[in-house]
Amino acid sequence: MHEQVMTQTNIIADPMMPQLIRISKLVWETEHVYTIYLSPNEEMERGFIFRPGQFNMLYVYGIGEAAISISSSTYKTKTLIHTIHKVGTVTSALSKFKKGDYIGIRGPFGSGWPVEQVIGKDICIIAGGIGLAPLRPVIYSLLKNRKDYGKVYILYGARTPQDLLYRVELEQWSKLFDVEVHVTVDRGDQSWKGNIGFAAQLLSYIELDKKNTVSMVCGPEMMMKFTVEDLLEKGLSAENVYLSLERNMKCAIGLCGHCQFGPKFICKDGPVFSYPEISYLFEKKEI
Amino acid sequence: MQPENLTELLRKHPFISDLEDKFLKTLLSCASNVTFSDDDYLFREGEEATKFYLIRTGRVALELHGSERGMIRIQTIGPGEVLGWSWLIHPYRWHFDAIAVEDVRAFALDGKCLRTKCEKDHDFGYEMYKRFSQVLENRMKATRLQLLDVYGLDRIERG
Repeated sequence: MHEQVMTQTNIIADPMMPQLIRISKLVWETEHVYTIYLSPNEEMERGFIFRPGQFNMLYVYGIGEAAISISSSTYKTKTLIHTIHKVGTVTSALSKFKKGDYIGIRGPFGSGWPVEQVIGKDICIIAGGIGLAPLRPVIYSLLKNRKDYGKVYILYGARTPQDLLYRVELEQWSKLFDVEVHVTVDRGDQSWKGNIGFAAQLLSYIELDKKNTVSMVCGPEMMMKFTVEDLLEKGLSAENVYLSLERNMKCAIGLCGHCQFGPKFICKDGPVFSYPEISYLFEKKEI
Repeated sequence: MQPENLTELLRKHPFISDLEDKFLKTLLSCASNVTFSDDDYLFREGEEATKFYLIRTGRVALELHGSERGMIRIQTIGPGEVLGWSWLIHPYRWHFDAIAVEDVRAFALDGKCLRTKCEKDHDFGYEMYKRFSQVLENRMKATRLQLLDVYGLDRIERG
């Protein structure tokens, strides 16, 4: 039996009302990416049930909110983890917080990766850059319920070796006999002994069972576009390809329209979509 | 290695696994089994390109010396992939250094030998050009994506 206990979305009395949450740790993963560990209080912990792929709105009082994917395990609710790219006002402000400080949080929001619907399948996870963060809960879930799935591949691409996230875990996963991990970077130097090249090129190193493989892809949209092309060329059906998209989420409940993607709202209908749901919009330059 | 064994091994390489038997036989006459240790150079920039390699195991990095930026590794070629097309295109010179970053086992195909066979048998030559065009197209696409620096464009505030 699949040991997935976190199947229900949090029931939120007022989804627009942030709750206070304490920061238990903040560590820098790379020069521009940090991971923030949040400790829900007891009452909140019971409510912080989430699915892999969902996101929270993290609120820096007086500055603003940012939508951040949850990158911790759905099985460990005592600590909520978010890995964040320092790119704007909110994420820059958030990076200055310390252990014991409080921020606001709303969530979890959005759809998740279909970890339960794909039981019995081979799973090919393809992540680019910080796209590994929203996929990490999927990896935890697959490993926790390893017998429920066929082969598991983790393909990960980053800009440089210094930009690789979760290096310790990547090494641990690569040592597992029943998980195949391939890592590549766009730019290497002489100290880097691994692959150099685009993330989707790693597909040439694995043999996908095209009829029984589901792929979950997350990364910059350009990376996902070409990765999906390669997956379809390899014979995967579009229904078995899932993507996580991102736009500027504001309300996170499908009201404000900031994250509108054609007829869909990324915050409410996504961020995870099966490829056929969005393929007709994916190529449109205006969207 | 016995030619029969070499044929079987060659047949397993994705680049030529579906090659017609007669063409495989032609290829076989120019093929040899080679190994390189970690840090061995397979070829260096400016040298005459006399071979190409079908990588069986291990990994080879292509390097370019970028003056003040030092040595830059621009790409790696791994198992099942093809290393080198300069043997096919005038002036038949390598544009990069190729260094083994792991112990490598590969098939070396004699470029001069193959060019002669391509000239003599245009069907074989066309087959080679089709396959190498595909390699070139894939490399060009990959290079463009690397140049786009897609992870540098990843600027929306979401983790």
